[in-house]
Formats: sequence, structure tokens, C-alpha cells
Amino acid sequence: MTLEEKQQDIIDEFAIYDDWMDKYEYIIELGKDLPLISENNKTDDRLIEGCQSRVWLDTAVVDGKMQFSADSDAIITKGIIGLLIRVMNNETPEDIATADLHFIGDIGLQEHLSPTRANGLLSMVQKMKLSALKAAAI
Amino acid sequence: MPAMTEEKIEKFDVESIRKEFPALSQQVYGKDLVYLDNGATAQKPKVVIDAIERYYSKENSNIHRGVHYLSQKATDSYESARKTIQQYINAPLEEEVLFTSGTTGAINLVAFSFGELLKQDDEIIISAMEHHSNIVPWQMLCERKGCVLKVIPMNDCGELKMDEYSLLLTEKTKLVAVTHISNTLGTINPVKKITQMAHKVGAAVLIDGAQSIQHMPVDMQDLDCDFYAFSGHKVFGPTGVGILYGKKEILDRMPPYQGGGDMIEKVTFEKTTYNGLPHKFEAGTPHIAGGICLGEAFRYLEGLDLVELQSYEKELAIYAERELLKIEGLRIIGTAENKTSVVSFVVEGLHPFDIGTLLDKQGIAVRTGHHCTQPVMNYFGIPGTVRASFAFYNTKKEVDLLVKGVERSVNMLK
Repeated sequence: MTLEEKQQDIIDEFAIYDDWMDKYEYIIELGKDLPLISENNKTDDRLIEGCQSRVWLDTAVVDGKMQFSADSDAIITKGIIGLLIRVMNNETPEDIATADLHFIGDIGLQEHLSPTRANGLLSMVQKMKLSALKAAAI
Repeated sequence: MPAMTEEKIEKFDVESIRKEFPALSQQVYGKDLVYLDNGATAQKPKVVIDAIERYYSKENSNIHRGVHYLSQKATDSYESARKTIQQYINAPLEEEVLFTSGTTGAINLVAFSFGELLKQDDEIIISAMEHHSNIVPWQMLCERKGCVLKVIPMNDCGELKMDEYSLLLTEKTKLVAVTHISNTLGTINPVKKITQMAHKVGAAVLIDGAQSIQHMPVDMQDLDCDFYAFSGHKVFGPTGVGILYGKKEILDRMPPYQGGGDMIEKVTFEKTTYNGLPHKFEAGTPHIAGGICLGEAFRYLEGLDLVELQSYEKELAIYAERELLKIEGLRIIGTAENKTSVVSFVVEGLHPFDIGTLLDKQGIAVRTGHHCTQPVMNYFGIPGTVRASFAFYNTKKEVDLLVKGVERSVNMLK
């Protein structure tokens, strides 16, 4: 599945929810269920401080593809992280560096990636892209 | 005494007041807005909104320096606002009431200008519950001048330890800067006593009134503080304007803060002399509409029964705390004996950001995070709180919606 196909899948999943609270119910489920970064990997160099919630991001390149794991101390942030990782994982550095992550806006969650939200998510996405750029340059 | 609280709340004619605040009757996400973020900014009564429109439609002109009709009119309105505010806070002299950009601007003014009078090893005392705007300017001053910063500790209820405060005061103490009401905890500090104790050692006192001016009568002569700062937008006026009250005797000793037009008497390239009060500290074209309309906000408040309003707000907060505490795992942060209008809470195992996000989607506006009081969060070992902050236009129904909203959010998250 391409990066774009994965985005479309998510957009389709969210299309059934009209009500905000149902949408968030789903995001919370994603947040609760996702196995993410291991506790001993939650080190300071992986921490992205936010005003509202904190995010830890671990990046690696395996067989020319980017591998991400991440976590947050807030469940909703974690749920959105789950969606982002689902889209970005196992993609080439080039694809990630140039990815247009429109799906977040398409499912109505663009506010979570706004700089004013200060939940660490925007910084996380920027770091993911930066790590991809670095990997692409090597 | 539960029954008493609800009775008092129901007696108050809040609906008439609400009609005067246009922003309250809107919907967000298809639900009636429940605005409980008054600690961040207050909504404006129509008279203030109309005054802004009237100023820009009919009166807009630069003040203090013109010879034409409009400039005189604008100057009169601006200075009349200063007078209204002087009377409201019972400042002895008009020239002791300075227009600033807000509370932060006011505190930075004092930190710079009063700071110029300080020397190495002079001591400044602040408290453990201060907003960053009443911490950072003093830290910057200490770096600049080599002064020493001391902090009055607080207890688990969020009350200042007054016995420790008295131990911090020495003959080297030059300034004590404390908040009147904590924006995070709602604690009302005994600022009159704090001032008396500081004056005994010859120290000046600055009170951060950002959260108190709208919730209680403030009397500069009764408090006897040397400086009192507050923001216009939190007391139902416009953003971008605030007030610094300072005793004439101390302001006269202080050098200017910012240089420019209006604060000068004579300018040559060899030497410039400065204007007297208040203009010495009011360089450049100010937020004229802001000042005029802040006066309007105070005139609006003068027409209300403030004692009744304040009692109502306090009862609303008590009711909110009582109902919220019925939710399992919920803990109130800030349980001072003497507090008002602010209810900060956390729920065991849940992040405030999650609760705040879900409340938002139910049309309920609260604030989450550290509220610019990171030291307070560090004290309690929490990442932040959910904060509901009330004004006299909030209702019992809104509190009930808040409680239901928190319950629903908690159930979704657990």
C-alpha cells in the first residue's frame, strides 16, 4: 500500500463518524490499543516537549525504509500519533520527506497539528521529516 | 452548606447580565458555548464593543499633541478614562495611574525602571505561585544587576507560608512581588499583610492584580502597595492595554522605561529632559481606543452591584467544586481557605489535555496545561490542570454542563 493509499484508508474509516465525540471515541481507542515506544526508550533525546502534552519519537532506517515508534502522555495525542505512524511507517525517506499529510485535515483534526496547539505533534512530524531527509541524503 | 449555595445562585439575575455580552450567545460545534476561560480573558459587554466602534468611526485621532477638534476630543476621552480608573481603584493621584500594554508590560516596566535603582546583592522576593510574567522579569533583573531572588513557599493547599515569608525579609529586601489572586489555584493572598511586613523592612511591594481587579474591590490606599498591575482584557475591556498604579514618590525616583515621543520635555542631540508623570512612562502613541474603552468597562462595572456579583461568583465556584468532587479520581488543585472563581483539577491517570479536548468538543471552553505557572505544576508533580475560571455571567446550568462534560470525558478516556 502506498503512503497515499494509507491516507485514503484512514479518511474512509473516519467518514462514518459525523459526531465529534464518536470520532474522538475512535481516536481514544487507537490511542489505548497501540503498542508504541518501549519504556526504556523514553529517553530525553527522544522527548519532544510540548506546552500541553509530551511526545517521544524513535526513528530508525531498516532496509532503506523508515521505522518510527512514538508515544505521548496524552491519549488523544497518542491516538493521532498512531495514525501518523500508520501512514509513515515502512516508507522510503524520499516519500516521507515529500509527503503531504492531508489526511489529518481531511478527518477534521488539523487543529492538532497547529503550532498553537503546542501538543508536540507538529514538532514530531517535523522531526520525522527531518530524519527522513537525513536518511535520504546519506 | 449545600442548599444555601444553590439558593444564593438561583436568586441572582444572571440572564439579564448575559444579554449584555454578545459573545456568550454563540454556538461552537453546534452546541451552546459554555465559556469558562475567564482567567485567560473576559468577554466584553456591548457598551465596550460599541465604544470601540464609536472611537474608530467618530473620534479617532492622536492624543496629547494636536490642536484640532478630534485630537482634543480623543485626549479628553483618554484622560477621562484614566480618571475613571483612578477613582475605581482609589488611587490618590491621577498621575499615579499609568496606561501600559497589560500586566506583563507593567511588571516589565517596574523590573526595568525600579530595577535601575537597585544594586548587587539587593534582594527581591516573589512567591511560589506566581505567573511567569511575575517571575521572569525579576530573574532578568537579577541577572542584569546581580540581585538575589527569593521565593515564599506555599503549602499543599496552595496557601503562602507567611511565617517563612517573615524569615525571608531582611534589610536587603528591596521589593516583594506577589499575586493578589492566583490564576491557577484561585488563592486570595493576604496582600495587605504582605505589604505591611515588607514596608517594615523598607521594601516596596508590587501586587499582580491581573486576576483580582475583576473579582473584588481593590483600594490602593487601603492596600498601601507601591505598585499594582492589571490587564484591561481580563476586566471586560480590550486587549493590548493595562494599568500600572505606582505611588508618585516612587515613580518620581524611577528613570523612564521606554524612550520616544510624549515622554519627553525637551530634546536636543546634546541632552533630552523627560516629562513628568504619567507621561514619563507612556512613550509613543498608546492603544488609545484601548484606554478609552477600558474606562468604559470600568464605568459599566460601577453600574453593577459588585458585592452581589462577587458573592455570586464565589458561590458558583464552590458549587462547581462540590459537584466535580463527586467524580471518582478527581482532585482539586488549590484548596486554600480563602479562594474564589478558579477551579483547577486533575483526574487520576488522565492527562488534562485529553479532558480539555473532549470538553471543547462538547462546547465547553476551559484551559489546560500549566497556565504559565510551571513552578506550581512542579510543586504538585503534575503536567498541568484543567482550569475552569468563572465570571459573573456564568450560570449554574453551565456548571452542570461542565460537570456532565467532565464525567463523559472521563468515561471515554478510562
